[in-house]
Amino acid sequence: MPHDHHDHDHLSPSGHPYQPDQDHTLTRWQAMEIAMRELLVEKEILTAAEITQTVEAMDRRSPADGAQVVARAWSDPEFKARLLADGSTTIGEMGFEAGAMKLIVVENTATTHNVVVCTLCSCYPRNLLGLPPDWYKQRAYRSRVVKTPRKVLSEFGLDLPDDVQVRVHDSTADMRYLVLPVRPAGTDDLDATALAELVNRDSMIGVAQATAPE
Amino acid sequence: MSTLRAPVKVRVKDWFPPGHVRTPFFLRGKVGVIERELGPFHNPEELAYRQKGAPRKLLRVRFEMSEIWGEDAETPTDTLDAEIYEHWLEPADAT
Repeated sequence: MPHDHHDHDHLSPSGHPYQPDQDHTLTRWQAMEIAMRELLVEKEILTAAEITQTVEAMDRRSPADGAQVVARAWSDPEFKARLLADGSTTIGEMGFEAGAMKLIVVENTATTHNVVVCTLCSCYPRNLLGLPPDWYKQRAYRSRVVKTPRKVLSEFGLDLPDDVQVRVHDSTADMRYLVLPVRPAGTDDLDATALAELVNRDSMIGVAQATAPE
Repeated sequence: MSTLRAPVKVRVKDWFPPGHVRTPFFLRGKVGVIERELGPFHNPEELAYRQKGAPRKLLRVRFEMSEIWGEDAETPTDTLDAEIYEHWLEPADAT
């Protein structure tokens, strides 16, 4: 008798359906990336080790880097003034490189809330925050936050009072934006290391506040 | 384009050329105020086609939501800032 296909045939021993493996055909751009990478190595323009090192360096960047910058700005008024005046140069004092893209730091206050988007694509301060979250690149966020920012922020759990002005920053060209969140109350005794723990990624994009201390 | 300085009121040109353009559609024809001057940077419309990209001044322009969305604005006095290259801007009083 031919094997019959009931649902139980497709369940793993743990009782869950088997998931397809990633064995589908490469997309055009995946194939292009592999071909380009192999050619660069073959023609001795780059070594495989250099490519690995660069990928690893990119992977090491994380919101913890941006958090250090924010914590220093909270603790050091002169640093903060320099950071707001010239973000690209000032992060260099802490060993972070702005690279080809320049950095603008925008400060949240009791009366102003800043939020960052790239409506055209996915521009993001990767040198300080690492890779952007998926929602940052999706059309829902990109198209809605410029039209109904308060509604979008509310969906992130951030309800702003009417007397706080919202400033949306669209990274349309060569600038990258970092939000300097409001320093939480009750943190006067904390040093920069402890303060950095309160600086979450979303607060530096502007869709959240910094975390309140425990 | 030396007249394009902060805080001059400017209008984004209502152009719709083909190619790699970094001026968002939703801001074309809209009036804002230059927030600060940046650049120069290489023109991305040329860089995208492997040309050198002539240096262009970049300007941060601040728009009020009421200007962009009219009656549909969520909160008319909230603002949106965007970076616009100088060749996309003209003084707001130009006809």
